[in-house]
Amino acid sequence: MPSNPAKLRVIWLQGITCNGNTHSFLNDPSLGTLLDSVEFLHHPLLPCTFTLQQLVKKLPKSDILIFEGAYSASFERAGMAMESLLMTLALKTKHIISMGSCASFGGIFKENDPEHISGIVFDKENDSGPLRDMRKKVITLSGCPAHPKWLSFTIDMIRFDKPIAVDEYRRPKELYAYLVHNGCLRNEYFEWKVDSEHFGTKEGCLFYAQGCQGPFTHGSCNKILWNEVSSKTRSGTPCVGCTEPTFPKRELFTTKTYMSIPSEMPIGIPKRSYLALAGAAKSFHIKRLEERLIDDHT
Amino acid sequence: MARPTKEERKVSIMTKALELFSKEGFYQTTMPSIAEKIGMSVGNLYNYFTSKEMLAKDLILYIANILGDEIRKINESPISTQEKIEAIVHMYFRIAKDRPETIEYFLRVYLSNREVFQNCCEGMICVSAFVTEMMIFFEEGVRCGELRDQDFFSAFGLFMGYLGGMVFINGENILPKPLESYEHTIAENIYYALKSR
Ligand code: SF4
Ligand code: SF4
Repeated sequence: MPSNPAKLRVIWLQGITCNGNTHSFLNDPSLGTLLDSVEFLHHPLLPCTFTLQQLVKKLPKSDILIFEGAYSASFERAGMAMESLLMTLALKTKHIISMGSCASFGGIFKENDPEHISGIVFDKENDSGPLRDMRKKVITLSGCPAHPKWLSFTIDMIRFDKPIAVDEYRRPKELYAYLVHNGCLRNEYFEWKVDSEHFGTKEGCLFYAQGCQGPFTHGSCNKILWNEVSSKTRSGTPCVGCTEPTFPKRELFTTKTYMSIPSEMPIGIPKRSYLALAGAAKSFHIKRLEERLIDDHT
Repeated sequence: MARPTKEERKVSIMTKALELFSKEGFYQTTMPSIAEKIGMSVGNLYNYFTSKEMLAKDLILYIANILGDEIRKINESPISTQEKIEAIVHMYFRIAKDRPETIEYFLRVYLSNREVFQNCCEGMICVSAFVTEMMIFFEEGVRCGELRDQDFFSAFGLFMGYLGGMVFINGENILPKPLESYEHTIAENIYYALKSR
């Protein structure tokens, strides 16, 4: 039996944040086991070695620095500006996890002050964040919030010293190579172009009428389910593309069209091929797909 | 001389059948009359097309591909949407003049006998090559700001209904002037009807 690696020393530092990722993390059903393998030098909610004041005073070394929230150079924690606080802790750690879309790309908070707020490595799609030169040790877990299992996966990989294959934004491919569209229960409705006009229906695809971003969004939401039971699209609300650098988009619940034709094609699908197939699919009327799955009146 | 391939034979049968269908109509044209026109036995004709309906369907696919290829070339040229409209109108009328049987078939056989095509050509399937290019034309026109955003079929109907109607009344010998002399004004009308305000 391989011996269990030593506990990882982890710092959870917050930039400008709504605490969403902290709360998401608390929903991890395997949190108990995970806490056996990590020691939080600092965490905003969980028991930990140092208070924020002590952390800022000691600026300790760590194995993993988890950063949640958007970055702004002048934003302070315990009297220390993020510019030096983040940089110092980043230099003294082995791995950095950019937790959530604000830390990764600027996210929602960037909307408030687009000029000064960014992610730690990326500012939207551009790699101009303060930790760009340290990107090799950064793992991006974008999402609003990131799924708790994405974090425990990453911590486990680090703990067992396994290489993590990443995409252009340094997101683990294991988690982000899929599209949210993959595994959605509504795929058959997408294929045959049967749409749902309302939230929360069991039937229909949310692409045309409700702006679903599933076909453009990298994420495993329909593979690693939320709360282990469901996902936005499974429960009948459109994916808003929260894992992408383009998040948040405007008019989240409408699909932009030009002359009834969606302005964006599913990733990698040429417009001509998509339109030919979609046109053909629309020509058929599949009774089973147009009916309610469960008819309340019979 | 090399013997024509089965595909080449099919195309030559279709060309003849097209003339008959567009002149005589779908119901008047029979497999024996087509075979006679080509100079081939009816039995042999069935080696190429298993029924009159299948032949009719292959013809509409063939025509939609011709129109689709032409519009694709226009879509891919570096010209403005207004110029593309001119080019499409010109192309359509040129085909109507040089190969009148194609457009006639489209209008008088395909659109007028929908029951024939119901089982093998649901919705837009058989004309997909053509409709897809029109979708791309409209989508790009709106995207670049030249055309007004609206429902696809409202715009498609205006454009194609207009052209089809002109070719139809030309076929009825109602137009006092040759069809091509209307090209420019028609293209202009279409552009003004669709352009962004
Ligand atoms: S609801 Fe969204 S994710 Fe699901 S099939 Fe439709 S487009 Fe894809
Ligand atoms: S379904 Fe879409 S919006 Fe919802 S969490 Fe997943 S990526 Fe984000």
